[in-house]
Amino acid sequence: MTETSNTVAFTPERLAQVKEIIERYPAGKQKSALLPVLHVAQEQWGWVSSEVMDYVAGLLDILPVEVYEVATFYTMFHLDPVGKHVIEYCRTGPCCLMGGEDVYGHLKQKLGIEAGQTTTDGNFTLKEVECLAACGWGPVFQIREKYYMNLTNEKVDEIIEELSK
Amino acid sequence: MARKILTEHINVPGIETFEVYRKQGGYAAVEKALKTLTPDEVVEEAKKSGIRGRGGAGFPMGMKWGFLAKPEGIPRYLVCNADESEPGTFKDHHLMKCLPHLLIEGMIVSSYALGANKSFIYVRGELMYVIRILEKAIAEAKANGFLGKNILGTGYDLELVVQSGGGAYICGEETALLESLEGKRGNPRNKPPFPAVKGLYQSPTVVNNVESIANMPWVINNGGEAYSAIGIGRSTGTKLISASGHIQKPGVYEIELGLGVEEFLNSDEYCGGIRKGHHLKALVAGGSSVPILPAHLIMKTAAGEDRLMSYESLSDGGFATGTMMGSGGFIVFDETACIVRNTWNFSRFYHHESCGQCSPCREGTGWMEKVLHRIEHGHGSMHDIDLLVDISKKIEGNTICPLGDAAAWPVASAVRHFRDEFMWHITHPHEASQPGAVYQGEMALV
Amino acid sequence: MEEVKPQLIKITFDGIEVEVEPGTTIMQAARKIAEADDSQAGLVPPAMCYYKPLPSSGGKCRACLVRVAQGSTKDPRPMPKLVPSCITQVQEGMVVENTTNEAVLDTRKSIVEFLLINHPLDCPVCDQAGECHLQDFAFEHGSAKTRYEEERRTFDKIDIGPFIQLHMTRCILCYRCVYTADQITNKREHGVMGRGDASEISTYIEKAIDNDFSGNVIDVCPVGALTDKTYRFKNRVWFTKPEDAHCDCDKCSGKVVLWYRGDEVIRVTARKNVWGEVNEFICNTCRFERKKTSDWVLEGPTKVKRSSVISANKYRANLVTKPDFAVKLAATQFKNIDDSRPYVTDTETIREQSVENNDKANHRSLLSRNN
Repeated sequence: MTETSNTVAFTPERLAQVKEIIERYPAGKQKSALLPVLHVAQEQWGWVSSEVMDYVAGLLDILPVEVYEVATFYTMFHLDPVGKHVIEYCRTGPCCLMGGEDVYGHLKQKLGIEAGQTTTDGNFTLKEVECLAACGWGPVFQIREKYYMNLTNEKVDEIIEELSK
Repeated sequence: MARKILTEHINVPGIETFEVYRKQGGYAAVEKALKTLTPDEVVEEAKKSGIRGRGGAGFPMGMKWGFLAKPEGIPRYLVCNADESEPGTFKDHHLMKCLPHLLIEGMIVSSYALGANKSFIYVRGELMYVIRILEKAIAEAKANGFLGKNILGTGYDLELVVQSGGGAYICGEETALLESLEGKRGNPRNKPPFPAVKGLYQSPTVVNNVESIANMPWVINNGGEAYSAIGIGRSTGTKLISASGHIQKPGVYEIELGLGVEEFLNSDEYCGGIRKGHHLKALVAGGSSVPILPAHLIMKTAAGEDRLMSYESLSDGGFATGTMMGSGGFIVFDETACIVRNTWNFSRFYHHESCGQCSPCREGTGWMEKVLHRIEHGHGSMHDIDLLVDISKKIEGNTICPLGDAAAWPVASAVRHFRDEFMWHITHPHEASQPGAVYQGEMALV
Repeated sequence: MEEVKPQLIKITFDGIEVEVEPGTTIMQAARKIAEADDSQAGLVPPAMCYYKPLPSSGGKCRACLVRVAQGSTKDPRPMPKLVPSCITQVQEGMVVENTTNEAVLDTRKSIVEFLLINHPLDCPVCDQAGECHLQDFAFEHGSAKTRYEEERRTFDKIDIGPFIQLHMTRCILCYRCVYTADQITNKREHGVMGRGDASEISTYIEKAIDNDFSGNVIDVCPVGALTDKTYRFKNRVWFTKPEDAHCDCDKCSGKVVLWYRGDEVIRVTARKNVWGEVNEFICNTCRFERKKTSDWVLEGPTKVKRSSVISANKYRANLVTKPDFAVKLAATQFKNIDDSRPYVTDTETIREQSVENNDKANHRSLLSRNN
């Protein structure tokens, strides 16, 4: 699991990236950078702790509560520590029509956890999400930026084994 | 083969790169528009094309552009809505992934028309890999002089920013999208004022769907009139349809508006028919929020005419016997699909995605989901069916944004056309709550 | 020279004509009618989230939806949907229907229902009871029965400091307290977290809301979600006696209402207008620390609406009146009592009739249960 250190700070490369993001917006509208910057933060720490949010608020010169309000609204931000691989599977209609419920059932059984839980070895976190805009290629799940599509029980086995290495 | 406006070159290897895209005639519209047309002339072409918003509402794009306020000294913005999250819709995802330069070319032409010097593409955060593709393409376009300062020496400046969302369907609603773009919670705004007057940063703003904007290069190259000659009646041009569910060939297809629903469903050029050994039970023609129709009403209108893939034909008969074009999310159900379970699933989606700002949607979506969950799991009673219809009516039209309507319609239409299936769940609770159990009686009440 | 004074706009609200300044909202126009004629108070749309002193409030609860039957003289088309009267501006010649439109009243009834399905209905132990806008709203527009059979939502309790008690289950998410904080401080510490029906007022990290004017969120809260910890469970509001008072305060105007039980000041609040809106925010020192009569200069009893439960048993009796349209509705359903029956004094007959009536009643209740 990724832990936040006591002194929360972006790596120099990420800090440069954040500066570049802030400059995209008109002067005084740096709050617009909040969502992209939170993504960068999640990339670095794996999740966004309240310390990270306070740090981001400082960088963007906005109130901490403005960051809390936003981070809790959008479902992509993990507000608690997560495993090494976060599997976000789509539970919405079209994916379920294509046998999603069975495949996800298999996935849960294989990992021995329910949605919202993390395996004891800290390798996998399961998260249930809504439509991922890949309905024609369902069932679908996403791990970080990668989409895994047309899932079957066998494919799930392969992916999990590959990632467990 | 039908005419392709957007996807003509989609299978050309390397089309996602500037070089190949340019070789296929890409960015010609930018040259033509910036060098030979005034912004107003570009708006005029958009109006003539008759193209309607492809995000779901179907509002004429040229007219929307015409509403943009142009006060002196205040910047104007164009924001592209790429927050595609409507269940059953994945066309923008496909288009941006395969043809990033087509969207960028459209953005340049459209921004020029509206007098915007900074434009945004708001992409849902889950599509981070598409964001990277777009950012790469933007860098290429910039390196080749199609973006940045003094484009092609015409004196026109444009900067394109790709913004990532954070996982919220509601941000596909244009004012929620603007709030999100300002770094806030995706709470839709009360209208008026409309974005055309007070949008992003309180400045005049136009928000358009990816597909709408991607049509603009063709419109500029060939003229608005040529565009309006394609299609049928007020449904001009082509439309990307995202086909999913129980069909042979799920995927994204570009069709000329006016194509028969039956042809689209059964022809090998498109869906290729229902999967083998099964038959059509029901169909959602425009994304999860539009009314679901039973097989016989989707093929023919109540008046017995062939149903066409057009805004008018799909909505023929109103909500009693018709549906909507919506965003073109074509979800097909064969006889193995349980309508009650699917309705519950969709209802859970809207419950999960309600922003929580206004009371009918915040409370009503959750209530409907709970009632549907009970019916599906064998704990329903007969009055629950009417209760569902009543809750949906109380939400519809009374909310700040259309999410309330979108949550109400699938429930109301499922009960309208499949009431017997709901009743079966209540009269046979044990049977109905078994995994995979599906009502095998009459397919639908008319 | 042209006249500087803006031309007044004339609209018709529930059949009553009123002239207001341009930019006025439908709600304010209706309030103007009621302010001129107290007997028309019943036609003002209810406001659960809108709060005039807070400029960004309104449009959320949908309690004040009205029908615009005619948009304006220029464009007489009706508006396609019901509109929130609190944020919709009037146009010349606008015709608005509120209590005269069945669809509006029907929608309002459903808004009450939506606001109540997840409400704990714990009025008997709620400090807000008696001055709760949700109670008033439900009393005027709600239904006696609930159709909601599901579990009501709950939240993890959080502590937001020594002065303010947060009961999230009672909250209707009007956002007033958030806007108040924005107005009285540039360091807001609480906000709306989460999404949809899981949205909650919170500080996210457990933290006391700490600034000199934080107590005002108690006054703006329309329900019992934010209450005064120093007054918690001390009394019921209808047993207390409000007195206007002021003091020389270096932080605020010092104009308050003291709520007495006997000789003891058990609560201090800001003064409110007839619409329940705070006139001037007061500081925490006045609200939480000045609880002795000697801290204050008394001005006399606070004006309380005759219909308010606060005035019951105190100034006048029997004053809870239903708003106009409810009375009208009751009048249409009124039936004369059948008093043609003979006057019986014989005990045997009385017993027989009583048994018979009992059977009839049992039968009726069985019938209604089976239906």
